[in-house]
Amino acid sequence: MNVKLEILRQNPDIAEAPHRVTYDVEVDQTDRVLDGLIQVTQNVDGSLGFRKSCAHGICGSDAMRINGKERLACRTLFRDVVETDGDVVSLEPLAHLPVQKDLMVDQEPFFEKFRSVKPYLIPKTQPEAGQEFLQSEEERELFDEATKCINCAACYSACPILDKNPDFIGPAAIVQAVRFTRDSRDQGLEARLDELDDPNGLWPCESKFECTRVCPREIKITKLINLTKRQVKKYREERGEEPNDR
Amino acid sequence: MLHEFDSVIVGGGGAGLYAALEASRTANTAVISKLYPMRSHTGAAQGGIGAALGNVDTDDPVWHAFDTVKGGDYLVDQTAAKILAEGAVQAVYDLENRGLPFSRTPEGRIAQRRFGGHTRNFGEAAVKRSCYAADRTGHMILQTLYQQCIRNKVEFYDEFHVVDVILEGHRCAGVVAFELATGEFHVFRAKATLFATGGFGRMYRVTSNAHANTGDGPAVLARAGVPLEDMEFYQFHPTGIRGMGILITEGVRGEGGVLKNRHGERFMERYAPTLLDLAPRDMVSRAIMTEISEGRGARGDRRIDDYVYLDATHLGRETVETKIPDIQDFCKTYLALDPAEQPMPVQPTAHYGMGGIPTDVDGRVESSTEVYEGLYAAGECACVSVHGANRLGTNSLVDLIVFGRRAGQHIAEYVRGTDMPVISESAADGARKRIARLRERTGKGEFPGPLYEKMQEVMMSDVGVYRDAESMRRAVDRLRELRTRLGDVAVQDEGQRFNAEILGILELENLLDLSLVTAATGLHRTESRGAHSRRDFPERSDDEWLKHSLAWMTGDQIELGEKGVDVSIWQPKPRTY
Ligand SMILES: Cc1cc2nc3c(=O)[nH]c(=O)nc-3n(C[C@H](O)[C@H](O)[C@H](O)COP(=O)(O)OP(=O)(O)OC[C@H]3O[C@@H](n4cnc5c(N)ncnc54)[C@H](O)[C@@H]3O)c2cc1C
Ligand code: SF4
Ligand code: FES
Repeated sequence: MNVKLEILRQNPDIAEAPHRVTYDVEVDQTDRVLDGLIQVTQNVDGSLGFRKSCAHGICGSDAMRINGKERLACRTLFRDVVETDGDVVSLEPLAHLPVQKDLMVDQEPFFEKFRSVKPYLIPKTQPEAGQEFLQSEEERELFDEATKCINCAACYSACPILDKNPDFIGPAAIVQAVRFTRDSRDQGLEARLDELDDPNGLWPCESKFECTRVCPREIKITKLINLTKRQVKKYREERGEEPNDR
Repeated sequence: MLHEFDSVIVGGGGAGLYAALEASRTANTAVISKLYPMRSHTGAAQGGIGAALGNVDTDDPVWHAFDTVKGGDYLVDQTAAKILAEGAVQAVYDLENRGLPFSRTPEGRIAQRRFGGHTRNFGEAAVKRSCYAADRTGHMILQTLYQQCIRNKVEFYDEFHVVDVILEGHRCAGVVAFELATGEFHVFRAKATLFATGGFGRMYRVTSNAHANTGDGPAVLARAGVPLEDMEFYQFHPTGIRGMGILITEGVRGEGGVLKNRHGERFMERYAPTLLDLAPRDMVSRAIMTEISEGRGARGDRRIDDYVYLDATHLGRETVETKIPDIQDFCKTYLALDPAEQPMPVQPTAHYGMGGIPTDVDGRVESSTEVYEGLYAAGECACVSVHGANRLGTNSLVDLIVFGRRAGQHIAEYVRGTDMPVISESAADGARKRIARLRERTGKGEFPGPLYEKMQEVMMSDVGVYRDAESMRRAVDRLRELRTRLGDVAVQDEGQRFNAEILGILELENLLDLSLVTAATGLHRTESRGAHSRRDFPERSDDEWLKHSLAWMTGDQIELGEKGVDVSIWQPKPRTY
């Protein structure tokens, strides 16, 4: 079928305003939107900028706004976004990150926030030499969901809080922190309290659920954020302290 | 721009990151990667990492080593296989201790499951050896290693694409890279350089490999005169999603999933009576292609793009949802099908290159006679060789970890006793000229798309699961033709900023070169062994061919040589399962 890819293009090196360019592609219903983009660069216009790698939703390279919603181009089939021949699919870069070229955004600010939450195991104890830490199936299950994150930044783009407060660390960084705070082997919340219990940490979240709605890994992000808020409040209460929320 | 480091690691996948962690203990180290490291294809690995922990079944590293040798159809270097199997145990504990969230047994230990070709007591029965984290083991490995690199403040050059190696005779002095963001060239001068650029499955049309898996490391080195080893052995994984090639892990069969033909028959009973669906991949892929060519594929039209079924419906919803959740998700997304209810349509998918840059067990690049000083390789782009003619499932992740680590350790030692090599002013000239030539023709040539597709079709039909002299000769001719036509390809994009088009053309060139080497070495080896199955020479011939191949490339000419196989532990035997 024929589909029109309407792409918001821009190149900061060329002084022109962001503008929409439409490309006609011949695709099957079951082709990925990413396949359509590749068709354009390989056969029509090589200058179109976007990232890609795995092509099946596990590397996190190609999050973008497809018909206004954050999705991975490689996990979106044309049948998910068009109905009939000649339909238009609109493609825009993620929000809240500077555009580098066309559909590519600068992920560095996003990664910086990711790094800020100490996203690595800070072990409580040392395991015996030549042995694993013991961890029950239930303990392992507690943080399973948070291990799924592929750092695609879809949630970061969808989050309405970042519209008004660009310093909010954002949903993905919290998910990464939770990955460790709920791991029985880790020192947990205490080791990341400064980053989470901060006016730009957990607290700006107003449970709008936009992140949860777009996460291609179906992580219940808002729920994890709220669980962690409660955990911090309890931690502070037990010590007769106030959360650092403003 | 010129940079100087003790060691430079090219590639931020599992192999590169592990090497970087080790090397950076003493050596000032940079990781150069064309992708953000956490986008590397190690993250796609699903099934698990093999190690004889014995957490579930009694196990022994010697059995693991033997399975590796037999699985590789005896083309494996046996001392290296022993190092692999013994090193695997500690490597898995190391990963766990660094935070890797393995699935757990009821006792709280690392969970293990069955995988193809892994057996107890030299082939008696399948053994639970694959350590896994649901069906996201690779994702977790990549995350864990990257997390540790952040913790240890390893220096990264992300989205820097290495386009050339600087070799002065047999001494490596660094690499030349192209920065995607700016189009600028960078020369990295280093005492030690390690290539860990991953696989090259994009040679084929149906593949489990990422778009970025274009074999840059082996191709760059081959053009610089380094030989490549055993390139005729390319593995087809039996179960890719029909048409798309997306991998359905062997873990599905490990959990009890079964392959069926159009009559609903469990056909593996006829091909591998003991291990059945868990026979090694080369055998299962051949069985599927035989079913298809005899008209028992799903459509029954005997064409190479026909398919069979992988049935997991009898495992029950809970097993599907907890043990293979990502597979369920892929099926729902790409096939609109739930594997708990319907069988999955599968066909063999190009998956793993057993061959690559020849190294010793410390990652040092060596040909049959000489060692390249300061030059290392690890991971899928390297050939140690522990996979021989056919890799066993879960052994690539082991390879990354064990040999990535050993290479990193060797580098850490090596750089202490070595001076910074001298490089000439003109080190980047070759790369610069090639790219300048591309830019000169901006807008005045062919698009790369049709060449890319043609290459993938040729490789798929003529150098696939089954091949013969006629098909491979045809492939060699066509690939040479495509290589020539590549000279007419031009870029459209005049800009410097994020000009991915230039890199795309360089990647295609790399794939074409490796395709040519694969077809030419395949044509040369007149026997069937492991993944190299010739219709015209169906038998393995140890008398003539128990040896590794080496291929040197000059322009489009391939010169062939050989190297002995280490069979110091087990004598080759016929391979039955
Ligand atoms: C779908 C799938 C599932 C798999 N499942 C398993 C499994 O369960 N168990 C198992 O053992 N094996 C599995 N494998 C195989 C295994 O995952 C790979 O062989 C392995 O991860 C490769 O790791 P690597 O570090 O060598 O390369 P990669 O992880 O591919 O990393 C390559 C790196 O090199 C960089 N690079 C490449 N070219 C350049 C260049 N020119 N300049 C700069 N940087 C460059 C890339 O940016 C990347 O960082 C699977 C493979 C696939 C495709
Ligand atoms: S939480 Fe989900 S949406 Fe956000 S970065 Fe991770 S995978 Fe992407
Ligand atoms: S290309 Fe990897 S997530 Fe889409």
